[in-house]
Amino acid sequence: MDDITLLDAAERYLRGEMTEEERKLFEELRKNNADVDQLVVEHHFFLDEMNRHANIKNLRSTLHDTHIALLKEGAIREIPTGRARLVYLWTRYKRTIAVAASIAGVTALLFSGMVTVLTPKADKNQVEVLGRKLDILEKNQNHTNSELRDVKHKIEIPGTPAKFGGTGFLIDAKGLLVTNAHVVKNASRVTVQNKSGLELNAKTIFVDDSLDIAILKIDDSLFKALNALPYAIKKSSNDLAEPIYTLGYPRDEIVYGEGYLSAKTGFNGDTLTCQISVAANPGNSGGPVLNKNGEVIGILSTRQVAAEGVVFAINSKNIFRALDQMKRTDTSFQNIKLPGNSAMKSMDRVQQVKKVQDCVFMVKGY
Amino acid sequence: MGYQSWHKSINTDLVDSYKQEQELLKALAVNDKKAIEKIYEDNYSLIQNLILNNSGTEEDAKDIFQEAVIILYEKSKSDSFELSCQIKTYVYSVCRRLWLKRLQYIRRYEAEIASLVEIVPVEEDMEEHDKRSLQFGMMEKAMTSIGEPCKSLLEAYYINKKSMQEIAENFGYTNADNAKNQKYKCLLRLKKLFFAQYKNGN
Repeated sequence: MDDITLLDAAERYLRGEMTEEERKLFEELRKNNADVDQLVVEHHFFLDEMNRHANIKNLRSTLHDTHIALLKEGAIREIPTGRARLVYLWTRYKRTIAVAASIAGVTALLFSGMVTVLTPKADKNQVEVLGRKLDILEKNQNHTNSELRDVKHKIEIPGTPAKFGGTGFLIDAKGLLVTNAHVVKNASRVTVQNKSGLELNAKTIFVDDSLDIAILKIDDSLFKALNALPYAIKKSSNDLAEPIYTLGYPRDEIVYGEGYLSAKTGFNGDTLTCQISVAANPGNSGGPVLNKNGEVIGILSTRQVAAEGVVFAINSKNIFRALDQMKRTDTSFQNIKLPGNSAMKSMDRVQQVKKVQDCVFMVKGY
Repeated sequence: MGYQSWHKSINTDLVDSYKQEQELLKALAVNDKKAIEKIYEDNYSLIQNLILNNSGTEEDAKDIFQEAVIILYEKSKSDSFELSCQIKTYVYSVCRRLWLKRLQYIRRYEAEIASLVEIVPVEEDMEEHDKRSLQFGMMEKAMTSIGEPCKSLLEAYYINKKSMQEIAENFGYTNADNAKNQKYKCLLRLKKLFFAQYKNGN
């Protein structure tokens, strides 16, 4: 029995188209063969499903036709969606809208009321106060300006102003000083002043602009020569991170500052100078830079404008070079010998400074 | 006396309307056009209001109402058919349920529909309907997949109940047996397509 014959038999059986004999035979087959029984049940369900599908399709088209027919008759009517929606929204929310509108209205009135009642008064007061304050501010400013002008006048009229200022220190007990060339540059007259305020005349006897070193000689009867210098001038190179200190005259008083050697070369790799980290101000120029043993390792000369705490000192060995050059041109200084030994090696810093400060002078150029 | 007769007339009215509705449903079960028209006319505007008042469109109203009529039809066809309420109440309850479901699907949140009319529980019928509409979809898909002339052939025989002789003439087969053979081949294909989905679906 192939599929189609079986299907035909099942269909005829389900429709009751079989003869009595056939039906009995088929029922026997159903009972004995589960597959056939399964097919009959399945086919019954499937035919039902097909029928139902057809009926619903039919009903759908009938319903559709009915809808159109009833619309035509006027038994039902279509409400345009847009209007219906508006009407619907209105009918649904009219109470809410009314409440919202009245709240909005009341709030608006309240706010505008508050604005008109409260704001102008407050504004007026503030404006007046502000005006008065402005007046006071202006007066204060004028006053400050006039005061500033007075101060300026005072600053600008010192008795006999020094054009340049700097520091210098002795390299020879007899009165030879070293300072920066830029300190005494363009000066027609140079004086030096010791820590007690005594001003002594001095002479520039040597200037080397390339080294930025100038050598002065104190030429004043008031100057009392020292027995010996407490410090030594160091000829060898220095060590990184070596603690250092300086003395100088950034103001009328001698000022002490300490720091460390931060680089062996100076600005842009200049080998004539080294970089030190110390507080330095204009006026410190030409001051000695000493190490812990009381040896002069350099002459404080410049600082980097763009950077904080970057100060450059001319290596002390350049003092020897400058002296040698001077000796070559001026035979009167042949006997000068720079101090090679420090007398302060075992001294503490305070003791060292006490000794050194006698040898450090303020240099003034007129 | 007057009171009694008034009471009696109410009773007879109720009985009359009940009988009328049962007749209507019997007619609906056999796809009677007049019955469908009557049900449509009596109930459509109520459903129209329901849908339009709950953010639906005219098209939604038509869809929902017709779906409800189909559910009523299936119910009227079933062996254990019994409608314990008025058609109006039943249709309204079904439509409300259907529309709520649609709203939830569209907006993805729990919708509320204020009910002005009495409603009856229809959850069971809805479940049955969901299952049936799934099967309807399967059959629809299988039918469109088998293509022509199979579709027309099967429709002519099983749905329009035409004889094999008629079909053989209409479809140009040499004889009824030939057409019958062809019909069974088509039916086997259709069954295969349908049950493939049916087994996946269940």
